[in-house]
Amino acid sequence: MYLYSLTLQQATGIVCAANGNFTGTKTQEIVVARGKVLDLLRPDDNGKIQTILSVEVFGAIRSLAQFRLTGASKDYIVVGSDSGRIVILEYNKLKNCFDKIHQETFGKSGCRRIVPGQYIAVDPKGRAVMIAACEKQKLVYVLNRDSSARLTISSPLEAHKSHTIVYSIAGVDCGFDNPVFAAIELDYIEADQDSTGVSANEAQKHLTFYELDLGLNHVSRKWSEPIDNGANMLVTVPGGADGPSGILVCAENFVIYKNQGHPDVRAVIPRRADLPAERGVLIVSAATHRHKSMFFFLLQTEYGDVFKCTLEHDNDRVTELKIKYFDTIPVTVSMCVLKTGFLFAASEFGNHGLYQFRAIGDDADVESSSATLMETEEGFQPVFFQPRGFKNLMRIDQVESLMPIMDMKVTNLFEEETPQIFTLCGRGPRSSLRILRPGLAVSEMAVSQLPGIPNAVWTVKKNINDEFDAYIVVSFTSATLVLSIGETVEEVNDSGFLDTTPSLSVSLLGDDSLMQVHPNGIRHIREDGRINEWKTPGKRTIVKVGSNRAQVVIALSGGELIYFEMDITGQLMEVEKHEMSGDVACLDIAPVPEGRQRSRFLAVGSYDNTIRILSLDPDDCMQILSVQSVSSPPESLLLLEVQASVGGEDGADHPASVFLNAGLQNGVLFRTVVDMVTGQLSDTRSRFLGLRAPKLFSALVRGRRAMLCLSSRPWLGYIHQGHFLLTPLSYETLEYAASFSSDQCSEGVVSVAGDALRVFTIERLGETFNETVIPLRYTPRKFVLHPKRKLLIVIESDQGAFSADEREAARKECLEAAGGEENGNGNMEQMENGGDDDPLSDEQYGYPKGESEKWASCIRIFEPRTTSTTCLLELQENEAAFSVCTVNFHDKEYGTLLAVGTAKALKFWPKRSFAAGYIHIYRFIEDGKSLQLLHKTEVDGIPLALCQFQGRLLAGIGPVLRLYDLGKRKLLRKCENKLFPNTIISIHTYRDRIYVGDIQESFHYCKYRRDENQLYVFADDSVPRWLTASYHIDFDTMAGADKFGNVYFMRLPQDISDEVEEDPTGGKIKWEQGKLNGAPNKVEEIVQFHVGDVVTCMQKTSLIPGGGECLIYGTVMGCIGALLAFTSREDVDFFSHLEMHMRQEHPPLCGRDHIAYRSAYFPVKDVIDGDLCEQFPTLPPDLQKKIADELDRTPGEILKKLEDIRNKII
Amino acid sequence: MQASDRFNINSQLEHLQAKYVGTGHADLNRFEWAVNIQRDSYASYVGHYPMLAFFALAENESIGRERYNFMQVPFGTAFPNEEFFV
Repeated sequence: MYLYSLTLQQATGIVCAANGNFTGTKTQEIVVARGKVLDLLRPDDNGKIQTILSVEVFGAIRSLAQFRLTGASKDYIVVGSDSGRIVILEYNKLKNCFDKIHQETFGKSGCRRIVPGQYIAVDPKGRAVMIAACEKQKLVYVLNRDSSARLTISSPLEAHKSHTIVYSIAGVDCGFDNPVFAAIELDYIEADQDSTGVSANEAQKHLTFYELDLGLNHVSRKWSEPIDNGANMLVTVPGGADGPSGILVCAENFVIYKNQGHPDVRAVIPRRADLPAERGVLIVSAATHRHKSMFFFLLQTEYGDVFKCTLEHDNDRVTELKIKYFDTIPVTVSMCVLKTGFLFAASEFGNHGLYQFRAIGDDADVESSSATLMETEEGFQPVFFQPRGFKNLMRIDQVESLMPIMDMKVTNLFEEETPQIFTLCGRGPRSSLRILRPGLAVSEMAVSQLPGIPNAVWTVKKNINDEFDAYIVVSFTSATLVLSIGETVEEVNDSGFLDTTPSLSVSLLGDDSLMQVHPNGIRHIREDGRINEWKTPGKRTIVKVGSNRAQVVIALSGGELIYFEMDITGQLMEVEKHEMSGDVACLDIAPVPEGRQRSRFLAVGSYDNTIRILSLDPDDCMQILSVQSVSSPPESLLLLEVQASVGGEDGADHPASVFLNAGLQNGVLFRTVVDMVTGQLSDTRSRFLGLRAPKLFSALVRGRRAMLCLSSRPWLGYIHQGHFLLTPLSYETLEYAASFSSDQCSEGVVSVAGDALRVFTIERLGETFNETVIPLRYTPRKFVLHPKRKLLIVIESDQGAFSADEREAARKECLEAAGGEENGNGNMEQMENGGDDDPLSDEQYGYPKGESEKWASCIRIFEPRTTSTTCLLELQENEAAFSVCTVNFHDKEYGTLLAVGTAKALKFWPKRSFAAGYIHIYRFIEDGKSLQLLHKTEVDGIPLALCQFQGRLLAGIGPVLRLYDLGKRKLLRKCENKLFPNTIISIHTYRDRIYVGDIQESFHYCKYRRDENQLYVFADDSVPRWLTASYHIDFDTMAGADKFGNVYFMRLPQDISDEVEEDPTGGKIKWEQGKLNGAPNKVEEIVQFHVGDVVTCMQKTSLIPGGGECLIYGTVMGCIGALLAFTSREDVDFFSHLEMHMRQEHPPLCGRDHIAYRSAYFPVKDVIDGDLCEQFPTLPPDLQKKIADELDRTPGEILKKLEDIRNKII
Repeated sequence: MQASDRFNINSQLEHLQAKYVGTGHADLNRFEWAVNIQRDSYASYVGHYPMLAFFALAENESIGRERYNFMQVPFGTAFPNEEFFV
């Protein structure tokens, strides 16, 4: 079995971010690392975050920094990854890609203890960069310019110190003196040599300054001083002319200013009043704002509170350090303060935010200062505060993030054309259930009713130079309605259009005249109001029209084509006639190319299943250049230019090819390349779009022509980062559409459907899925589907949180204390949605922290059709739900029951412990909308896996697999097997086989013998795998994923499988000797692939009707990917060769070897990396040609292959 | 050190052990071996962000706190007891 791996949705979580001017203009950009993807983002003028570039780097990005050479206007990016290399990137605006300026190897690849890459710090003046590992190694590279102003990099200078752990590094701003780097270090040599553990407890962290002597080209340890043992992060303090220089050390509960030869200035970080006393406050992210002579720091704590930190200084002496409460936003991994007054907050889980500064915290607020620091016998006196609503920030945009996907199911609950993906995302109060549908999100601007059922709509400008459209023209069966676009849209009669007849086409002709084609003629309305009419000869009527700004072709009934062209005076002149063999089904002319007088090709579709290309050149006018036969009569044609390759931020510098698109009556969209010179058709592609014949219209997307296809649902064909994408829109069936541009919406679409006129815009281009978000209360763990009633049952649980009642009580108390003006109506709705009027929404502030063995948990029944929660059971007494399944016991007394496995007072540190484990059995009442507890059975472990099996319940309780039957007052043990190695976390069953997944030891294949009432393991895996997700593929095969980011398939060899099945007494497997401390038989690994992200859920399904079955997976970073099985050997050969060439010709951006990355833990086996293959269109054309030649194909054919295989998946 | 010593297998090993932290030797005891494994594991957890996020989810802590805890572990209270290994 060979699989094709393709990422459907890139990871949405962010690992780290840096901001700067990467394009070299004044605009501020943000570069973000999303694990294995590097993205360049930019907030546009409307305050929406736009993705400019997204590159998969096939490596784990761990740190990012930006730097600028003195006097330059453009920032470079330094990337620390797992490649054992330092990579410096520059954004190339013309080609819209990252150029690798330097790549220097310094060590082995992989995230190792002593190989640098974990931390990066740059000198604030851009003269040097330090890259460090968690332990021992630090390397400094000197950055400079050569004579032609190119960036140069030196050989590495070592600043190693063995037996030292590094917590953080930062550059020290010391103007143009020698660059200095600071590091928090901990020396463990003594702790290692002393076995009593005394020195380990006395180990002391130090702040060390490393100086790079630019003259001697040498790094030396300049200064080292003990610091607070809770230190975890360093922040550079501006120096030189801007500030006092030095460093801010963020430690648990404190922020300390330090500099060489300067006394410590220390202030406490204010604590939330409700924080348990044993919990510290740690700063997790920091940002610096510098503005002329002023600077301040924003520091965010692990609870989400942002503090503004300022330094009072007198030249180089810092007199006071102040920490003032600023605002609270969800916990971030990185904050970027943009010069334009925005704050980009990359959340660690859930949606990222873009905030605007309304103030910079100058008002009075809770503040701690070094001047008022009080030291008592118990330590420093804490400062308390109460979080409040936004005062200084205002959220203006958010970027959707699925991180983390906890569970996922693909099913068609809404009975739509394609199945929906239900995902459980997020954590704590920000968790949600998201329903994903393949397609682009649409935002509806207006819907208005029309007096009849329209059949067509057009928009038209009055002048070619106008920015916006002037009229919307709607055609009915016997009339035409003209609406003028202004402040409002209203009917007008003075437009010159004939309103007593239906229209066939309305468009702008020449620079400033309008044309209306109706069944009996052409009406040409000149700019000065003169009207020229051309009447059809005899009783013939016009049936089809094709036109652009200078040319018009009409088809009369009977099959005659008449070609008109505009002359120099602006008159429409008849040029040529042509008799076709039968009626014409559709027509199209491409727009006039830039700098030309006319377009050369006319495409004509006939009812005899052919499409012809006719010439419009004066010398061979109306000659048939080529003929293409198709499977069904064409309904609609569109000639569209497509850039086959990228280039430029918005345009391509490579020759574009013209595609002839045809919507056929059988619902297929047929695309073929038109040769620009000869008009020959080649390279055909077809795709089924829906049950209705697609009608094609041109629209504008980001200023370029795109294609709207209206079948049983609308589709958009457009170019995104060099790829032509054909994506469905999540909108209703439409009849007719036209592009629309007005004051309020610059790139919209106006369409008719039924008797309504609809105006909408298309959002978030480039995304594969559009999502509907339903908030949840706690971190969702798992969910199941109620098989008959189409309900979802979700279990949610949070550690260290208070239950809803306790929170409600605390909240009331707090509000009363605050003055009691607000009425404490924090009901369920508000708690989950965090409405704007809610002064303390949990979504923003997080739940108050409790002790670690406190849990809050609930079971929810959710009805997707009405998007409502019909039942929400909060578990009591510190219980938390971990597993759920529906079960039909064989006595059928109650029908379908719900089993939920819970643990009471579970604790992970210092050792896993719990008070008790339970299995709850619930009964569905009120048509499944509510739950009633039947009974609760105490078990001797935590039931992490539950599954129905032959009318009984199988439970994995710690290392025990047990079969239960339903009793009157509790579950009854029927049979058990205690021989599993660690903890059972998944159970799948098929016939009498049971596939058990162990948390550390991969899969165990078991068999249940009913006559003997015994469970035994007959096969297991020979490799320890820390299982995180599993799925049953077929009788002998399981798919699994481990904690380290690998996906694999296991199969029981056929002969063993047969033997097991043929063993009538079961005595053989039962008494067989085990091998390798396990079962007598071993399963074989048939597929192996490193995804590079922790896969948390997987399912075998098909995302499109008629598409191939593939394994869909979701990951912690919020990525959704698919593994599709190849159906032919030829495809396997083709793609493995393409992959091989891509590996050679296009090595990954951050320096990690592709094959080594995909084999990071186990050698990759029988999986072809589609993400690498899909980078083919981004290669320069000569390289594409070279690879294509090696494969005996043309680049076009390769692109078609890539498109085809993608279309099989989604 | 004499010139011949430099090519001696033992000195080469010592050099390797100094250069590559965590390289074992013949006299390695169970405790040292376990400590090395533990430090390697935690460095890997800190380096692989998705794994760090996975742990943070399980413990309901922020990722920043989780990273800090993992860096502290080899010297903190969660350090394995020596008797446990020997």
